[in-house]
Amino acid sequence: MEFGFSTAAYVVAAVLFILSLGGLSGQESAKRAVWYGIAAMALAIFATLIGPGSGNWLLALVMLLVGGGAGWVVAQRVQMTEMPQLVAAMHSLVGLAAVLIGFNAQFELNGLREIMALSHDPTGAAMMDPARLIELAERAQKLTGFAAVLAHKTAAEVAMLKVEVFLGIFIGAVTFTGSIIAFGKLAGKIDGKPRKLPGGHALNAGAALLSVLFGVLYCADIGSPVLWLVLVTLMAFFIGYHLIMGIGGADMPVVVSMLNSYSGWAAAAIGFTLGNDLLIVVGALVGSSGAILSYIMCKAMNRNFVSVILGGFGGEAGPAMEIEGEQIAIDAENVAAALNDADEIIIVPGYGMAVAQAQQSVSELTRKLRARGKKVRFAIHPVAGRLPGHMNVLLAEAKVPYDIVLEMDEINEDFPNTDVVIVIGSNDIVNPAAQEDPNSPIAGMPVLEVWKAKQVFVSKRGQGTGYSGIENPLFYKENTRMFYGDAKKSIDALLPMID
Amino acid sequence: MKIGALKETFDGEARVAITPSSAAHLKKLGYDPYVESGAGARAGFSDAAYQAAGVTVVPGAADLIRDTDIVVKVRPPSEAEIAQMRRGQTVISYFYPSQNSELLEAAREQGVTAIAMDMVPRISRAQKMDALSSMANIAGYRAVIEAANNFGRFFTGQVTAAGKVPPAKVLIVGAGVAGLAAIGAATSLGAQVYAFDVRPEVAEQIESMGAEFVYLDFAEAQTDGATTGGYAAPSSPEFREAQLKKFRELAPEMDIVITTALIPGRDAPILWTADMVESMKTGSVIVDLAAERGGNCELTVPDERFVTDNGVVIIGYTDFPSRMGAQASELYGNNIRHMMTDLTPGKDGQVVQNMEDDVIRGSTVTFDGDVTWPPPPPKVAAIAAQKPKEKAKELTPEERRAKEVAEFKAQTRSQVTLLAVGAILMLLVGIYAPASFLSHFIVFVLSCFIGFQVIWNVSHSLHTPLMAITNAISSIIIVGALLQIGSGSWLIVVLAAASVLMAGVNIFGGFLVTRRMLAMFQKS
Repeated sequence: MEFGFSTAAYVVAAVLFILSLGGLSGQESAKRAVWYGIAAMALAIFATLIGPGSGNWLLALVMLLVGGGAGWVVAQRVQMTEMPQLVAAMHSLVGLAAVLIGFNAQFELNGLREIMALSHDPTGAAMMDPARLIELAERAQKLTGFAAVLAHKTAAEVAMLKVEVFLGIFIGAVTFTGSIIAFGKLAGKIDGKPRKLPGGHALNAGAALLSVLFGVLYCADIGSPVLWLVLVTLMAFFIGYHLIMGIGGADMPVVVSMLNSYSGWAAAAIGFTLGNDLLIVVGALVGSSGAILSYIMCKAMNRNFVSVILGGFGGEAGPAMEIEGEQIAIDAENVAAALNDADEIIIVPGYGMAVAQAQQSVSELTRKLRARGKKVRFAIHPVAGRLPGHMNVLLAEAKVPYDIVLEMDEINEDFPNTDVVIVIGSNDIVNPAAQEDPNSPIAGMPVLEVWKAKQVFVSKRGQGTGYSGIENPLFYKENTRMFYGDAKKSIDALLPMID
Repeated sequence: MKIGALKETFDGEARVAITPSSAAHLKKLGYDPYVESGAGARAGFSDAAYQAAGVTVVPGAADLIRDTDIVVKVRPPSEAEIAQMRRGQTVISYFYPSQNSELLEAAREQGVTAIAMDMVPRISRAQKMDALSSMANIAGYRAVIEAANNFGRFFTGQVTAAGKVPPAKVLIVGAGVAGLAAIGAATSLGAQVYAFDVRPEVAEQIESMGAEFVYLDFAEAQTDGATTGGYAAPSSPEFREAQLKKFRELAPEMDIVITTALIPGRDAPILWTADMVESMKTGSVIVDLAAERGGNCELTVPDERFVTDNGVVIIGYTDFPSRMGAQASELYGNNIRHMMTDLTPGKDGQVVQNMEDDVIRGSTVTFDGDVTWPPPPPKVAAIAAQKPKEKAKELTPEERRAKEVAEFKAQTRSQVTLLAVGAILMLLVGIYAPASFLSHFIVFVLSCFIGFQVIWNVSHSLHTPLMAITNAISSIIIVGALLQIGSGSWLIVVLAAASVLMAGVNIFGGFLVTRRMLAMFQKS
């Protein structure tokens, strides 16, 4: 097939990909958007398969189907609460694929070394054995696809290509191990607490410096290029591992969206290497999408991106405000009575709801309360859960209508008019210290102002502090009652008492 | 153990310390409830009702004191009653130990354990047994009802065919429990309610009840309510002057004034002077809830309804809770049984006088032949310390304008700097990089811009599907693998095939999971 056809197909695919992301601006158009994405991907693969330079398409199809089958099964089986792990795991695959493709580019370059040396240096040809020369010329004639593109590159282009390969492999490798660690943390297979090897960030900085050094050596064509690339990969693996190990569970929304961004940049770098515009376009789209998500998450926590990535909270400015008073417990009976009397109810879900798998019970409670003519709404903080928008997905899974699920900015002013607020498994995002105590580590972080409601019930497993280890003065407020126990069991206990 | 309620001997007292419903709870704690015959009559609980609830009715006070281990009352016990008690017996009632030192002494000599319901510390845990609060609540409500009864007009404003009726204006002085209850009752009747308190931090509570906080512009560092256990502290003479001036302004407008200002252990401060009463309209009503301690109003006559020369009714009753005997007994009975719950950790009908417990220690005034009053300060402070609120300064229009201009300039400056740095970097790259790279680079930069524009519009609730779909489309990297899989080298083929496999997982998994998620979003 002509080169022109694949390029045209790529243009269509790129437009479809953009439409697909743009369609996510609303719930209804989003359903169409997925189909744009699928169509674009199908078109891209089809155009590449029949386009110039492809071969072995049977093998490609078989691998695609096997991989696709595995993906299908996983996607069918995954629980909505496991979504963060799944997304993290999938990022690691893209990262690893980028590494492999980068290596392939280098192998290809190795194989073509002689031919390219010839084309760059025609005088050298004269000194060569004629038989050898003819053989090389024949091989050059037979080159197809990527190899053919490579063979026509000038010396400057090859140097650029090496920089791109280096970047692609480096970013891909960081994404790979980083995503695996993020997966482990989110799935609870690795302890969620920040962990660092002795040496901390100095180790990361050292590894980054070393990989840059190896990268320079690689680009300058000193020694064995593959060896340098392997070393770069190992260094990047270490950085990915160590960086994410140092970040705690509640910062995972930032981490996952950052890794998402990285997988995009890796694809873009590979696109440069292969001279493929579609890869560049899509890589850039994904990369900027992840970057924006990270930015939104950081803003929601009022923290600097760098401080999140480097792990832990910044230094405290002074002693935290003393909290006096005590946490008052309440039983299901009294919570139910308060709910029966209330007209305006807001539910604030957090990661605890996901852990307890309480979304179905919460949905049932919502349905019952709404059936009695009460106004029930949900307030979602941007960083609630372990993935951007995590709570929305869980509530949607439990069939809570999305038009009563509101964002922080939409609902924060309504708390003073609310009779009852139920906080389910969230802590820092409803911490009044963020506004009241300038010395608090989370000072200035936008929070849901639940304490302004007439009554607040906090469903919580025990008296411990949240992820950040900060005491929550909300629990000591006069209008707050602590509803201790597993979130699902607590809500289930309420259900029969709502009539 | 046996617990018995005496009939109140105080004139006009209608309350009783055990009700049939609280008796049921006491039985659950393992106690045998007793009651003196006729004790609940004035609160509407007949002896038969008690018997039906499983309470033993004893004919006389002497019998009850003899038969039971714990005697409960509302009013402080008389010296005669104390004299009949025996060593080790417990009496639970109001005690007012600061005013009743002789009674305290008598109880000590007798070896009686006396628990004073009026000494329950004001901490959150003890709220359920805080009889002062539960009675104050009733007093506040009743004060409004008494006022309405003596006020010859509507509380609520009406526009009727016969003419327009303005709403009554009610001023509540002192926003403690009684004050807040009065605000609630008055607003529900439809009156326009104003409330004043020396503690500025209660403004929020006042407003939450639907009244308007009368703001006193006085620059004095107010003592925080938290340092005095939630009660108001005495104020300086200057502050008092400012306060009276404000009241003088308000007096002619107000139809109803309800004063509730009390400071523990002191006479009630005079807040409503004779000249204020004079300036009020005929037919206005003043209800003085502090009458027992002399009254907040200068003209109050304790225990009496008094009409001034200019026709202002001043109510100085001191028995508001008793005027609602049934309700008051119900709540007081509950306070008592919560106290018993704390005293009976084993729920086995055995009192454990745990003097380490703040609540029990605080309310016990004599124990084991010793006077244990006053108690040491409680370990837990009642109320979180208030932070002085800093209000954002209002900006004048010019200042705001100047600020906006400055912000705009700063923004422009940072943007121009960024662009300049970016352009210089680009130029540097352009000098060294080959042309083919730059043509791809244009595509890359434009795509980044499109990405930023498009992603900003993505709805917040769809961030997880966004991640899933970007994840799916980032497997576009499969195109790279497909380009390489046709290579002649087996190593390249194997690696490329592995990449295709991994990207394949992502394509199908990513899109499918996105579809699954989006299908779940439903409109109500």
